[in-house]
Amino acid sequence: MKKTALLAVILTGALLILSMENFPSWGDVQSPASLHLSRHFIEKSYEQTLTPNLVTAVLGDYRGFDTMLETVVVFTAALACFLVIRLPRDVCTPGLFYYRHTRTGLVVRKHDACELPGENPTFERVDSDWPPHDVVVVSTCRMVIPFIQLFGLYVVAHGHYSPGGGFQGGVIFAASYVLLAVSHDLRTLVHRLNERVTHLLSAAGVLLFFGVGLFGMAMGLNFLDYGALEGVLGMSLASGHSLGILLVEIGVGMTVTAALVIIFKLLSSRGTVTEGL
Amino acid sequence: MIWEIKLLALILVIVCAIAAINAKDLLSAAVIFGIYSFMMCVQWLAMGAVDVAFTEAAIGAGISTALMLAAIFRTSRRTKD
Repeated sequence: MKKTALLAVILTGALLILSMENFPSWGDVQSPASLHLSRHFIEKSYEQTLTPNLVTAVLGDYRGFDTMLETVVVFTAALACFLVIRLPRDVCTPGLFYYRHTRTGLVVRKHDACELPGENPTFERVDSDWPPHDVVVVSTCRMVIPFIQLFGLYVVAHGHYSPGGGFQGGVIFAASYVLLAVSHDLRTLVHRLNERVTHLLSAAGVLLFFGVGLFGMAMGLNFLDYGALEGVLGMSLASGHSLGILLVEIGVGMTVTAALVIIFKLLSSRGTVTEGL
Repeated sequence: MIWEIKLLALILVIVCAIAAINAKDLLSAAVIFGIYSFMMCVQWLAMGAVDVAFTEAAIGAGISTALMLAAIFRTSRRTKD
């Protein structure tokens, strides 16, 4: 079986390499894509969309629907993960549960988790199989996380002018929360960004994107025409486009951040969102 | 970009891909897959596609490695085959 699989892989690879002959060579100005479409985008995109970054012009203006529905895909992925993995809140998961007495540092073991000490100030929950407590890791991450988040916001905000945008900035922002969960524990993350907030954020991002599109229709223009924001605050057309793209990028960033945090929380805790990586 | 670096990154892409398939330890396979993604990011950068490289670095090398580690942490660390 393994031999046949290897043979199939090698044959497919050989076919792919052979068919590469027919591709236009890299950077060929005579290739069909470069003759019409790329030239149109490079020459006309600024006067048509008033967006300085070519990639953003393509993603945000020419292919606005594509980007919008990609955001819906990310939202749907998080929703599907939630519906498949998340356990109901009142399910008792059997196993061992550890609590640390905060004054003395003694750890108590319990066999059932149904009666949690709740908001008990003298006991805190400790992970049973992954107790991260290294002071170097914790304090380094505590110092690094604000800078990662600031960089994520920078990437979101500058998507109009430079490489980056909502997807990348949102992922960087989510990575900072993942780092928080890995360096401290999952409950710290849930305490900072609980499930209600992440679910609302992921839906609000999609709605913000749709809202910008619908605003264009309300002003008598096409769906997702960022020029609709032109006269709102007394701005010029270019500033209106810039603001529209910024709002859209923020929407994408919110959805992506929330969706990735939801997926990480569910995956790392087997759906209980109480203890995990 | 200097062509030696490009070639080195390309070789590393192939080596990491083969190593990630063959690794018995899923944790190391996930980490090797992260290196693979980062080398692909270098390739995109060499081709001048900065946006794609950015996305590859953030999503491929960053968050998907973390998600895979989370999944491995909750399932099993060794592969069956």
